[in-house]
Amino acid sequence: MSDGNGAVPILQVENLKKYYPVRGGVMGRKIGDVRAVDGVSFSVREGETMGLVGESGCGKSTLARALLRLEDPTDGTVLFEGNDIATASKQDLFQLRRDLQIIFQDPYSSLNPRMTVGEIVREPLLVHGVGSKEEQVRKVRDLLETVGLSGDVIERYPHEFSGGQRQRVGIARALALEPKLVVADEPVSALDVSVQSQVLNLMMRLQKERGLTYIFVSHDLSVVEHVSDTLAIMYLGRIVEHGPVDAIYGRPAHPYTRALLEAVPVPDPKQRRVSVPLEGEAPSPVSPPAGCPFHPRCPFAIEACKAAVPALEPVGAKVVDGQAEHFAACIRQGEI
Amino acid sequence: MLRVRDLAVGFDTPAGFLRAVDGVSFDVHAGRTLGIVGESGCGKSVTASTVLRLVPRPPGRILGGEVWLGEQDVLTLPSDDLPGIRGNEISMIFQDPMTSLNPVFTVERQLFEVLAMRFGMSRQQAHARSVEMLRTVGIAEPESRLRAYPHELSGGMKQRVMIAMALLCEPRVLIADEPTTALDVTIQAQILHLIKDLQQRTGTAVILITHDMGVVAETCDDVAVMYAGRIVETGGIVEVFDSARHPYTRGLLASIPRRGQGRKAELPTIEGIVPSLTAPIEGCRFAGRCWKRRTLGAADAARCASEDPALRAFAGGEVACHFPVEGTVRPEEMTS
Repeated sequence: MSDGNGAVPILQVENLKKYYPVRGGVMGRKIGDVRAVDGVSFSVREGETMGLVGESGCGKSTLARALLRLEDPTDGTVLFEGNDIATASKQDLFQLRRDLQIIFQDPYSSLNPRMTVGEIVREPLLVHGVGSKEEQVRKVRDLLETVGLSGDVIERYPHEFSGGQRQRVGIARALALEPKLVVADEPVSALDVSVQSQVLNLMMRLQKERGLTYIFVSHDLSVVEHVSDTLAIMYLGRIVEHGPVDAIYGRPAHPYTRALLEAVPVPDPKQRRVSVPLEGEAPSPVSPPAGCPFHPRCPFAIEACKAAVPALEPVGAKVVDGQAEHFAACIRQGEI
Repeated sequence: MLRVRDLAVGFDTPAGFLRAVDGVSFDVHAGRTLGIVGESGCGKSVTASTVLRLVPRPPGRILGGEVWLGEQDVLTLPSDDLPGIRGNEISMIFQDPMTSLNPVFTVERQLFEVLAMRFGMSRQQAHARSVEMLRTVGIAEPESRLRAYPHELSGGMKQRVMIAMALLCEPRVLIADEPTTALDVTIQAQILHLIKDLQQRTGTAVILITHDMGVVAETCDDVAVMYAGRIVETGGIVEVFDSARHPYTRGLLASIPRRGQGRKAELPTIEGIVPSLTAPIEGCRFAGRCWKRRTLGAADAARCASEDPALRAFAGGEVACHFPVEGTVRPEEMTS
């Protein structure tokens, strides 16, 4: 299947769910579910970046982990180049993992403190038995240089490095097996602004050079806007809006997306917001509200919003090759 | 309201004595907000803690300076007088709410202690005031939240309880150290709104410490930029954001992704790392990373490396640079 720009989706996710059981009582029986990811569908084209945003507890990190099957999904499919990651056997998964890598948020806890930087970057090559020892060592040096660290850091340990340098090590490790898709879970959130821009530049350069596809998970909407082609906004386990970055930032269709964009402080004192911020907090995913999950906080909610969970529907008239690109899950999206 | 002069604070570390804050002076006025910005390790949080004499010693040592709150120098007060200052005159909000909340007492008990000590309120009076304040900070069902222990509350709610506690004291000076860094943007917007609102009603002077330039632009009247233990630039918020004179401030502001900047464009960065504060520094602290210095002639560049620039006045602010930046600078010029 091809779409819009003729580029083939490298990843297609259909109705993905991840529930965690809630246990209670003296026998520890299952009394309910935390619906961390509750029926999510989207696709990502090769060589593009999809930003995945939402606030804490919305399920974005669980979704990122379920895509790589670091968590077993409860239901749904995750098609990567036609292979279903969600149901793949252990052996198939082992092979698929060469193409799918992850960069974690915290460069302080995601690197083993007892391994040298060289050992950390080489580990995936050892596990997958790629090349001879000499080839592996050469590759590790190349990778470290690619991410802007000199090759002679291989004997050093993670604690000798700053946060930004550690994140570079994490990126080198993720690139070792030459993956096609990299999930980056809040990769710059723990870094200072000037270092953050260095790591973002590196990630964008690597994408250009290697044709990488990124899923970029972040709560920082300015960063996401800068690096992404498309965007998915999550609220309480569901995608509430999905589409090209320019369309969403230019004309957000879902009230939650609007509130989120309005809440971002602009680094310009002459553009201060005057609007009163969105009230309340996201409800618990153990007992989500009936109907649209956002209706209790939504300034536009009407009675009908409590009736059913709204489906993602096309926004506006922009259609490419018979397929809409911009979707929102709000029954009032046309009128607000 | 608060005058800080020549503050110097150091710590004994395994790597030697570290001068975290090295000669910092600023004023905060009633009803105004001063933002102190800078990256990790620049000394902004140590400065804030020193104002309340909260620096642990050992390993910390206040090497010199004065902190004038009206006619009293907080740094020379007898220790017995400190609890009277903390909370009554100056309150502090931390990034981690558990720094201020006691896990073994209910919210009600903790708020009661504050009100009893500060205003000699009875339990009944304190209860009524607490309910009112929790409602003001946007906590739903305040009666039942009062009976809760801190661990039973969400992160955003704990943060709001801590803020309620700080505001219940009606302090003359409120120091907020990264108050919203751990929170989602919509909650961040609520809390900043709240601080502003209370400031307008009570005329509290606020010191806001943050690394987020968006938050500073949105909430502060004045800003002080710190680098390696010093204030390198200070001034009115619009002046600093529009026409910063220090090359570091310019670089910092340029490295933030902004709307309409061009997607996936390379972001300006500040190359290099902050100098070690355990060794004496000759000349300007930023000289080693300075893009402006690279454009100077040999004699001028040598001056940056040998002569420590003092803060000097210019229209709308002060800057510590021998060759302050003027006019507009293209991003490419900063990333040589």
